[in-house]
Amino acid sequence: MDIKAYMALSLTLFTIGIIGVLVRRNAIIVFMCIELMLNAVNLLLVAFSKMHAASDAVKASATYVSDAQIFVFFIMVVAAAEVSVGLAIIVMLYRNTHSVDINFLNRLKN
Amino acid sequence: MSNISALIWLIPILPLIGFLINGMGRKQLSKGISGIIGSAVILASFILSVLVFFQVKEAGAFNVNYFDFIRLSDFKLGFEFKIDQLSSIFLLIITGIGFLIHVYSTSYMHEEPSKDFAKYFAYLNLFIFSMLLLVLGGNFVIMFIGWEGVGLCSYLLIGFWFKKPEYTSAANKAFIMNRIGDLGFLLAVFWLIAKVGTTNFDVLFAPETLKLLTANDVTGITLLLFVGATGKSAQIPLYTWLPDAMAGPTPVSALIHAATMVTAGIYMIARSNALFSLAPITQTVITVVGLATALLAASIAIKQNDIKKVLAYSTVSQLGFMFLALGTGNYTAAVFHVLTHAFFKALMFLGSGSVIHAMGGEQDIRKMGGLHKHMKITSITFLIGCLAISGIPGFSGFFSKDEILAGAYGYSSMLYGIALFAALLTAFYMFRLYFITFRGSFRGTHEQAHHLHESPAAMTIPLIILAILSVVGGAIGVPEALGGKHELAQFLAPVIKSAAHHLDHTTEYMLMALSTALVLASIFAAWSLYKNYKASGEATGFGKVLQNKWYVDELYQTAIVQPLSALGTFFNNIIEKKGIDGFVNGVGKAVNYGSRQLRLLQSGQVGAYVLLMVIGMLLLFIIQLFV
Repeated sequence: MDIKAYMALSLTLFTIGIIGVLVRRNAIIVFMCIELMLNAVNLLLVAFSKMHAASDAVKASATYVSDAQIFVFFIMVVAAAEVSVGLAIIVMLYRNTHSVDINFLNRLKN
Repeated sequence: MSNISALIWLIPILPLIGFLINGMGRKQLSKGISGIIGSAVILASFILSVLVFFQVKEAGAFNVNYFDFIRLSDFKLGFEFKIDQLSSIFLLIITGIGFLIHVYSTSYMHEEPSKDFAKYFAYLNLFIFSMLLLVLGGNFVIMFIGWEGVGLCSYLLIGFWFKKPEYTSAANKAFIMNRIGDLGFLLAVFWLIAKVGTTNFDVLFAPETLKLLTANDVTGITLLLFVGATGKSAQIPLYTWLPDAMAGPTPVSALIHAATMVTAGIYMIARSNALFSLAPITQTVITVVGLATALLAASIAIKQNDIKKVLAYSTVSQLGFMFLALGTGNYTAAVFHVLTHAFFKALMFLGSGSVIHAMGGEQDIRKMGGLHKHMKITSITFLIGCLAISGIPGFSGFFSKDEILAGAYGYSSMLYGIALFAALLTAFYMFRLYFITFRGSFRGTHEQAHHLHESPAAMTIPLIILAILSVVGGAIGVPEALGGKHELAQFLAPVIKSAAHHLDHTTEYMLMALSTALVLASIFAAWSLYKNYKASGEATGFGKVLQNKWYVDELYQTAIVQPLSALGTFFNNIIEKKGIDGFVNGVGKAVNYGSRQLRLLQSGQVGAYVLLMVIGMLLLFIIQLFV
C-alpha cells in the first residue's frame, strides 16, 4: 500500500489528539488523546520501517535488522507504564477534588 | 668609628620606636615618661648623626642597600640609604633642632591630658622619622615615602587640637595642597623610571645616564619635581597652607618651619642639582617663583597682627630666598640658608611659643607690648633671632643671605635689586614684630599683666642654645672675601656642583656694605614707627590689601574652590543621581515591569500551556520547512 495513506492516517490521528488535548477539560479524555498522539507516531514509525525494509538495497544487506519495529514495542511498554502512573495521578486528583476537570489544576498560578 | 655605617638604620628606626611606644602606650604612660622617651630617641639619633657626620667628613660618602623594595622583571628598586655630605648635614639639622623642640615641648605641652601628651610625642617622633627617611633615601622612591610621611604627620599635628573646626580645616588645607604638589613629584618619578629605568641617585646623576634624557625630558621632569617642591616648601602658588598651619601647637610650627617639612623641597632640588643644572628653563621658573614668593610673603608679613602669622610669612619669604638661590645655581647658598634659617626660625618660633605661653594663649601682638621687662631671656634671644634673620653682620643670617644676594647679583642686577628689597622688608617686619611685642608698654588685660612670667628652664634652655647657634652658625660659611674659607662649600663640593658666578672681592664688599646700610636703615624705620606702638584702628587702603594677604585665599576660593565645588554639585546632582542612578534604577525597573507582564502568561491553566507548546512546535516546523 502507498506510504501516503499511512502518513495521512497518522497525521489525522495526531491532529485529533492535539485538538482533544486542547479543547477537552476531562482529564481522562485528555489522557486518552495523549495516548492517541503517541500511537499516531508509532503507526508512522512502523509504516516507515516497513517501507524501508521493502527496498532491495536493504534486503541485500547481511546486517539488516528491523530496528524500528522493536522500538515501537519499547514505546508501547513505556506508554503502558506511563498510563499506569497517569491514571494513578488522575485517581488521586479525583479523590482530592471530586472532579477530573483539568481547569481546577491552576494552583501554580503566579 | 668606621663601623658607624652599620648603624645607619638606627637613625630613622629610633624615632619610629619612640612613635610606637608613645603611640601604643599613650593611655598607660605618664607625661614624664613619654616626654623622656620621645626626646631620648631623638637625642640618640642626633648622637648617631654626629658620628655619621664625622665619618662622612673623614671617609666620604657611602651607600647602604638593605633589601629589594620592588623587584620586577627588568626593574629593581632597593631600600637603600645614601649617606653623603648633603644628607649628613640635613641629619644634623633634623635631629639636632628636632631634639631641642622635643625638650621644649615637654614643658610647653604640659597642660595637655597625659593621653594627648603621649599622642603628641608619638606624632613628633613619626614626623622626625619620616623626615629622616626622606633625607636618607638613596632613590626617589624611598625619598617619596618620607615625603608622604611628612605630609601625613603635618596633617596630624596641625589638626592636633582637632575639636576646633577651623583647625581641622587648616590641617585639611595643608594636606590637600601638599597632595597637589606630591602629584607633580610622583609624575616626575614615573617619567624618570620610564625613560632611564632607575631612580637611584648615583646611577641617575651619572653623566652616562643623564645623556639618555633629551632636553625636553629634563625640563619636564625638573618642572614636575619643582611642582612637588612648591607644595612642600610653600612657594607660589601652593604657599597658603603654611600660614594656616599655625593652627598646630607652636613647637610643631617650629618643627615644620625649621627642621623638617619645608626644607624637603630645598633638599630634593639640591640633591638633584645635576638634573636641574641641565634645565635652564626650569631654573628661570624657580628663580622667578622664588623671588616672587620672597617679595609677596614679605609684604604680607608687614601687616599681620598674629605673632605666629608674621613668622609664618617670614618663613615663606625666606624659603623664597632659598629657591632664588637654587634657581641661580647657587645650591650651596641654599643649603647654607636652610641651616642658618633652621637656627633662627626655630629660635623665634620657640620664642613666640614662650610669649604665647606667658600671655595665656593670646597671639595678637596688638595686645602685647613691653614684654621685655617680664621675660628677659625670651626677649633677648628673640632679638638675636631678629638680628640674624635681618642679616646684621656677624650673625649667621648675614653670611647665608649675603651669599644668596651675591649669587643673584652675579646673575643680573635687577634680580639683586628685588631680592635686596625683599631683604629690607624682612628686617622691617621682624623688627616691627619685636618692637610691638617686647617694647613699649603693655596693652593686654590686667589679669594677663599679672600672669606675665619667664618660661621654665625646659623652654628657655633650647632658646639659649638656638640663640648661640644663630650667632655663631654662620662661621662655617664665611666667604673668602671676609678672610674665611667657606668650609660648608668645601664640604659640600663632592655632591653639589655650584654654578654660581664668582664676584671679585671689591664688588662683594660693596654689596655687603650696601645691604647692611639699608637693613640698618629699615630697622631704624621700624624702631621709629613702632617703638611706642598704640593699637590703632583697622588698616585702610593698601595696608588693608596687605593685611588680607593680597586676597590670595579669596582668589583661590573664587577661582578654584568654588568652581570645583559647583562642578562637584553638578556631578552629584545630574550625572550621579540622574545619570548613573537613573541607569541602574532603570534596569531594575525595566526587569520588574517586564516580569510583571510575563507573569500573566503563567495562568495555571494546563490547556493554555499545551496551546503555547503546540504553537511553539508549529513555529519550529514552519522554520524548519520554509526558512
